[in-house]
Amino acid sequence: MKETQLIPITSLCTHYQLEMSFFNGLNDYGLIEFVSVKKTFCIHQDKIADVEKMIRLHQELQLNFEGIDAVFNLLNKIDSLKSELITTQNRLRRFEDI
Amino acid sequence: MAFIDYYKTLGVDKNASKNDIKKAYRKLARKHHPDLNPNDKEAELQFKKINEANEVLSNEENRKKYDKYGENWQHGEAHEQAQREHRESQQNYQRTSGSQDFGNGEYSDFFESMFGGGGSYGNNRSSARFRGQDFNATLQLNLKDVYTTEKRVLTVNGKNIRLTIPAGVTNGQIIKIKGKGGEGVNGGPNGDLLIEFNITNNTDFKRDGANLYKTINLDLYKAVLGGEVTIDTFDGKVKLNVKELTQNDTRVKLKGKGFPKYKKDGEFGDLYITYTIKLPKKLSDKQKELFEELAKLQ
Repeated sequence: MKETQLIPITSLCTHYQLEMSFFNGLNDYGLIEFVSVKKTFCIHQDKIADVEKMIRLHQELQLNFEGIDAVFNLLNKIDSLKSELITTQNRLRRFEDI
Repeated sequence: MAFIDYYKTLGVDKNASKNDIKKAYRKLARKHHPDLNPNDKEAELQFKKINEANEVLSNEENRKKYDKYGENWQHGEAHEQAQREHRESQQNYQRTSGSQDFGNGEYSDFFESMFGGGGSYGNNRSSARFRGQDFNATLQLNLKDVYTTEKRVLTVNGKNIRLTIPAGVTNGQIIKIKGKGGEGVNGGPNGDLLIEFNITNNTDFKRDGANLYKTINLDLYKAVLGGEVTIDTFDGKVKLNVKELTQNDTRVKLKGKGFPKYKKDGEFGDLYITYTIKLPKKLSDKQKELFEELAKLQ
């Protein structure tokens, strides 16, 4: 993993004006994964979209960490069901007009 | 520009307490939040409406003004506008921008007219930088279009985006183009562009992943005696030997004559041909005589 793709948690705290404890909480609940580089905790830049979603859920809907975890699990389930549905619909087309 | 009943939007009555409004807003926000309803335009619209209602009703000053003018807000507005302009010229304050991911241009004309541009009234808005909104687009293609890798130029929000569509993409597949979505808020990174492929199949082939399926008619004589048929595949015509005594619904596999495998250069699925044997609809006297003779031999 390239170091340039990692963002220090302290930068995120400044950027989103949030306490370190918020990110620690997300990490403790397994919602994000800290990567340690030279004793600095970071997260991968690809995870930023998810982190922002978590921030919105926390700030706008007052969801706690358990709530965010439940929401993410359900959204993942919806995603996989959606892709399963698309695959099934594509397969079903084979038998249409027969 | 129509009057918007913010109380109705939040489902509370006009005497609702601040707490009732907060409760109603939170309940509706949880239901319609765009993060909980991805790609649901209706939910997004509803979320904007309840946000707007909350912006007004949760702020005492705004609520008073809204209650005062009510449906006659258009007349009250003229007076307020003059006062506001006076205040603004004296204070010359700088507004913070509405800075949530879903916050750009989200106010109705009614809100803008009554309270001015959106942004300075948000009670839970911050100046934090946020990633721009993801844009969703659907690209309509024919099956033949995705048989080979194609380059296309799409215009999204006035910007030309060069896109390479890899051969073998499937219907409903979504490709993400990083950084081509909405602009970030307060210097945040841009969102992504998500393109969903809607692939129409106007061919005789049925597709399942990289495999193709086709049914062809085989006349009785060729099915019984064997022979040769020419069939169309995606990359041209192919001659196929038909074995003697081929049964109805026999399926043969043409290896590597199917569809390209997604992002596996040079790899193809298979083409499955199913024979449907067609009986003659009319027989000449001679043919009938010969069939009768054949029947006697059984």
